[in-house]
Amino acid sequence: MLTIHREIIEAIVAHARRDHPDEACGVVAGPVGSDAAARHIPMENAERSTTFYRFDSTEQLRVWREMDDLDEEPVVIYHSHTATEPYPSRTDVSYAGEPNAHYLLVSTRDPQTAEIRSFRILDGQVSEEPVQLVGESMDAMRSYEENGDPHAVQSFMFGQSPAAVDYECRR
Amino acid sequence: MAIDVRIPTILRSYTGGAKAVSSAGESLAELLTNLDGAYPGLRGRLITPEGGLHRFVNIYVNDEDVRFLGSLDAKISDGDTVTILPAVAGGAFGLAAAAAVLGR
Repeated sequence: MLTIHREIIEAIVAHARRDHPDEACGVVAGPVGSDAAARHIPMENAERSTTFYRFDSTEQLRVWREMDDLDEEPVVIYHSHTATEPYPSRTDVSYAGEPNAHYLLVSTRDPQTAEIRSFRILDGQVSEEPVQLVGESMDAMRSYEENGDPHAVQSFMFGQSPAAVDYECRR
Repeated sequence: MAIDVRIPTILRSYTGGAKAVSSAGESLAELLTNLDGAYPGLRGRLITPEGGLHRFVNIYVNDEDVRFLGSLDAKISDGDTVTILPAVAGGAFGLAAAAAVLGR
């Protein structure tokens, strides 16, 4: 299971909405071995593509070194699919190179509802896991009110089964 | 001549869990051959059967991606740090289609 702060999910979805229709990507770092997603780091998509993403290699080295200096590791690696479901593609699976990471996918295909799913990808095997949200989101609410971003997400949908759906209506 | 080599989590099974190892060589190709002598199988995860650098990894000499330094011909000097990271990439496209379109 991925346990993650609501504010971080909101920041990830906001990043994905901002870069739509290009794919957005990034990392959430946390202390080594803690499995705690603590520090959101949006990354450049060096491909600037609607169907492909790649971390810029120079930015990645800087960020990975910073995590190393802080005794952190990538707890979450996320990217968006902008026209398809948030499920790992064959490309995603072949590149999955961080065995300790939760691979989080966000689909922005629906302008109102962000679909969010999380996976473990080990040795080419994909297994989906539940996402548990914790914490409040006052800052994100406030910034949404202030900026009035018309593309801001209005609801989230987690997972695929009806039991796991969580509608988060803001208005 | 000692080169500090940083090993990513996914390849530490080859180095007995070590995060960094020491090796030698005057070029990246030489370094990887020496590394494979000490940690058999490691080179095969970095180099394709055709002898090119695998697209699933990034290798850096100090702060520079070796793709900008002549790839396997990149020169290495005593005291340099070589960092290996998994390339982070993917997307909605299938791998074959992406490779065709991107010419990789």
